Amino acid sequence: MPNPIIAVILMAAAAYIPRVVPLITVTKEIDNIYIKSFLKYVPFAVLGSLTFPDIFYSTGEFITALCGTAIALFLAYKEKSLVVVALAAILTVYITSFLI
Amino acid sequence: MEINMILSNNKDFKYGLKRGMPIAFGYIPVAITFGLMAVSGGLSPWLAVFISLSNLTSAGQFAGTNLIIQGAGYLEITMTTLIINIRYMLMSLSLSQKIDPEISLKQRLIFGFGITDETFSVASVEKGRLSYSYMIGLIIGPIIGWTLGTAIGATISSALPPALGNAMGIALYAMFIAIIIPPAKKSKPIFIIIIISILITILLKYISIFGFISSGFRVIIATVIAAAIGAAIWPINPENDC
Repeated sequence: MPNPIIAVILMAAAAYIPRVVPLITVTKEIDNIYIKSFLKYVPFAVLGSLTFPDIFYSTGEFITALCGTAIALFLAYKEKSLVVVALAAILTVYITSFLI
Repeated sequence: MEINMILSNNKDFKYGLKRGMPIAFGYIPVAITFGLMAVSGGLSPWLAVFISLSNLTSAGQFAGTNLIIQGAGYLEITMTTLIINIRYMLMSLSLSQKIDPEISLKQRLIFGFGITDETFSVASVEKGRLSYSYMIGLIIGPIIGWTLGTAIGATISSALPPALGNAMGIALYAMFIAIIIPPAKKSKPIFIIIIISILITILLKYISIFGFISSGFRVIIATVIAAAIGAAIWPINPENDC
């Protein structure tokens, strides 16, 4: 079995390098409007892709995850804070897990 | 002049700190989940905390830690986490356009460590240029929240009811929802781009010929296609926002 400390250091490098390479290599402003627009839309596309459909598998039970997702969507639509949305989703999943 | 600059930097730092707080609190339940998983898989609580502090990733370190627990080789662990984390390059590239161009190389190397899905999302919706002080303020809370949450999860692992542990699995995703829904409500292009990205992810995940594509690459492919379609149809107006 590999040494866990070495494995973790390798993981840390795999997390750090992608974060800093563009920051230190692209120091000029990009003036192409399409590239600018693309970069503006990236965060929304990334988070959408990270969230769906994986959120439905996040609790080990599809129904409870569905209820938690619905509550999260509703509260996010009402523009509640990150903490409120996250805690309400956890609570919803927790409660519904006893009802099914 | 000099004093004014220091004051404004201090203000930026405090503002960043304030903006990072909800992320820090949102991270705690997710990090507790991570701590639970690592320790129940046989890793020491100290190692779990070290993973969170040195990696500061969600999906990447969950996957990497699972591989460590399974006894996978260094190459597989490194490649898997790298593929999942490649998306940070897009975020870092996006931030390179948003930060104060005067920020030095050393400062870029420091604050770059704190780029996560959430700090990036919060930073990228700020108005105007981002200063180094703002970025440092923004990342401190989340780093502490992530590390502290892991320590809590790693130490209470046996005391926590499994139902609550399972419920915490949704926290990370709920946080993502809280970040993307308000802008999607106000902007039709953003809403449609999110939908396109999700549809591509679903296609890649469930159609068996795409089965060879890992989850990290699914995110990259969906993001690049959706954001490119968005940029082609709705290029931003350089006068009003960027």
